Amino acid sequence: MITHYPVLQVIIPLIGAPLCLLFPVPRLAGLFALLVSSLAFLVSCGLLQQVMVHGTLVYALGGWAAPWGIEYRIDYLNSYLLLLVSSMSTVVLIAAQSSIRRELPQNRQTYFYTAYLLCLTGLLGILATGDAFNVFVFLEISSLSSYTLIALGTDRRALTASYQYLIMGTIGATFIIIGVGLMYMMTGTLNMNDLAERLPEVNHSRTVLSAFGFFIVGVCLKLALFPLHLWLPNAYAFAPSIATAFLAATATKVAVYVLIRYVFTVFGIEYVESVLPLQEIFLVLGLVGIFAASVSAIYQLNIKRLFAYSSVAQIGYMILGLAIGTQLGLAATLLHMFNHALMKGALFLAIGSVVYRINSSQLNHMAGLGRKMPWTMAAIVIGGLSLVGVPLTVGFVSKWYLVLALLEKGWWLVTVLVLISSLLALIYVWRIIEWVYFTPARIHLSEVREAPLSQLVPVWILVIANIYFGLDTSLTVGVSKLAAQSLFGLFGAAP
Amino acid sequence: MTALAITRMNDLFAVVMLSGIYSLMSAGFFLDLDAVDVAFTEASVGAGISTLLMLASLKMVKRYEGKTKYKPMLALGVVGATALLLIYGTLDMPHFGSADAPIHQHVAPRYINDSMAEVGVPNIVTSILASYRGYDTLGETLVIFTAGIGVMSLLRVSRETKDQQQKRVPADMQQQIILRIVAKMMLPLILLFALYVQFHGDYGPGGGFQAGVIFAAGIILYTMLFGLSTARLVFKSSLLQKLTAVGVLLYAGVGVACMLLGGNFLDYNVLRHDPVHGQHLGILLVELGVGITVATVMITLFFKFTWRTVKHKYIEQ
Repeated sequence: MITHYPVLQVIIPLIGAPLCLLFPVPRLAGLFALLVSSLAFLVSCGLLQQVMVHGTLVYALGGWAAPWGIEYRIDYLNSYLLLLVSSMSTVVLIAAQSSIRRELPQNRQTYFYTAYLLCLTGLLGILATGDAFNVFVFLEISSLSSYTLIALGTDRRALTASYQYLIMGTIGATFIIIGVGLMYMMTGTLNMNDLAERLPEVNHSRTVLSAFGFFIVGVCLKLALFPLHLWLPNAYAFAPSIATAFLAATATKVAVYVLIRYVFTVFGIEYVESVLPLQEIFLVLGLVGIFAASVSAIYQLNIKRLFAYSSVAQIGYMILGLAIGTQLGLAATLLHMFNHALMKGALFLAIGSVVYRINSSQLNHMAGLGRKMPWTMAAIVIGGLSLVGVPLTVGFVSKWYLVLALLEKGWWLVTVLVLISSLLALIYVWRIIEWVYFTPARIHLSEVREAPLSQLVPVWILVIANIYFGLDTSLTVGVSKLAAQSLFGLFGAAP
Repeated sequence: MTALAITRMNDLFAVVMLSGIYSLMSAGFFLDLDAVDVAFTEASVGAGISTLLMLASLKMVKRYEGKTKYKPMLALGVVGATALLLIYGTLDMPHFGSADAPIHQHVAPRYINDSMAEVGVPNIVTSILASYRGYDTLGETLVIFTAGIGVMSLLRVSRETKDQQQKRVPADMQQQIILRIVAKMMLPLILLFALYVQFHGDYGPGGGFQAGVIFAAGIILYTMLFGLSTARLVFKSSLLQKLTAVGVLLYAGVGVACMLLGGNFLDYNVLRHDPVHGQHLGILLVELGVGITVATVMITLFFKFTWRTVKHKYIEQ
């Protein structure tokens, strides 16, 4: 059974999704989705442990060895992210049970859970595979299902937001497939490791260069790198709260993973640096993204949009880590991917509870909620502090390693800019605190109670994780460093 | 030329028609490139079903495009840059049809030389699609399923009352006797051809995707001529919904069965004592799964869209 873990990781939700559609009662479908996601989580724990003990795991699908068939290849990097995605999905689904019942009409709930499981399948599939085309197939599954998840939002603007995302996402996916197609044309293979071996022979060709260009632009659209982020704020703001929490915690991270995987494993960092000033581009875009998005976040009136802009800024930090181009920089990126998922998961779930109680996510409607929903608000405050990077939270660990990597490289100016940008985060988090604690409560809030336990528990699991991984960094930092090491050790060769 | 005409026109009806023609011509291109399977799909989906869906949605909006308010120069710049990069990329491409291009040198020889012995299916395309890269095909089937879920969840059909069910709305085509009779004669042939394409995929061009859309096209033709309410007597939406899931489950189920029998996921060799027989059985079943999902999703798409256009007739009656 253990030998099948790599594929079980993906096919459990894959089979779960169509089964979920067959459930007549939405409530059962929700519980079933939770069960499926928990199983996937257990498998991912097993996988990480296997990878730690035995190193890279390879699984030939259909029994056909790569490059003729498709293989799953699990190493430090993707087992770490598989764990992240499946655990976030499970925690979010615990809260989903009551939240979805409130936010969506009865006859759409089963579809929501089915689309949710499909999205999970897609994300896990992208992470697990070692095949360039297979990435695209699962990318399509996750994209199509996330368009559905977003469009299910009750606000009519959810439809436009989803449509906008659909157009941008489809352009991104098309660019990615053009890139993969051109690479296939030049090498005759679709397997990632095989590509890495065969690409250097044809590196000089203009075809490979344009393949690389298409691929990078396509992925950057997907991961909402500034200035290609325009689809993100609306999509996050109008989607059902649960969908926002899930997508914010996982989807962009998976896109960052695809970028890392292609830059390091497939093309090889040497090639990338020789053809494009990618470091400089990423440095500039990352920094501009951090500042522009943080400033926009300060002016938002809707808390979901506020944190959506903050997500764009956080992606800037991840890209900045990549731009440094050292092992420590990459480790900082990987660390921030994990930590940011914890922060945004906790924040968006807590916002979900707010919407559950007051049916709004406008900041001015939240005035005085600090007294009415103390636990939920405390969670938002801790999540926000973690976002700023206050010590004892995961945010601090991320910033610490990013700053270390920057100093190691000797980029003083950038370090100062990163520290200043944290102050911007402090401003928008402070705005929330001001509304919630220091503005007198409205009269209509008198009926509002604390969120139900079924939502408080998952929120606080994530909040405690925010603090726990801020204190005990052995798992996150350890695996990030191992993953970064193996990526740099490769230079395109097979591990 | 057709593509240019599409961008310049603002009569949406003509645009839809032209895009249908465009698809038909691309199907011709694919045929020319010896990709018969792709041509099949393009002809039935691109030229057939998607044109119909666009016509159905056209019924809900105005026929003429409104005035655009924004300046399209930026978009034009982006498109131009993309085109330049694409053309730049072609400069170093291996020549079309050249035998020593990398795609013919690396993995392809094994597919061409050994697939008969390893998979035992004369149609190499099918053996790659359903066996060597069968997992991708499972993914593609799931993509179709996902698209179906999206449409089902967004275009909800308000539940019909008993009253409404009894008052069947006659189709617009009620008077077209010639069309109806010709269609009646064509219909069994279309469905039969779909089944032929489905099960003959091992030997000739075809398989689940193509068969699914051809089957769906047959049903859609029937619906257009005899009315949605008649067609829905056979294809109830709850049944359709279940079938879309069943197709995917059949495919994935074959994979799981392989695992239980001791092979890897989707390793059909273990399904029977003889690996080649196992491959045959496996491919037959997964293609059937693909066919079921594709056909039902296509039919569902059409039903959901037409339902919206005929809904007001129910209300009037």
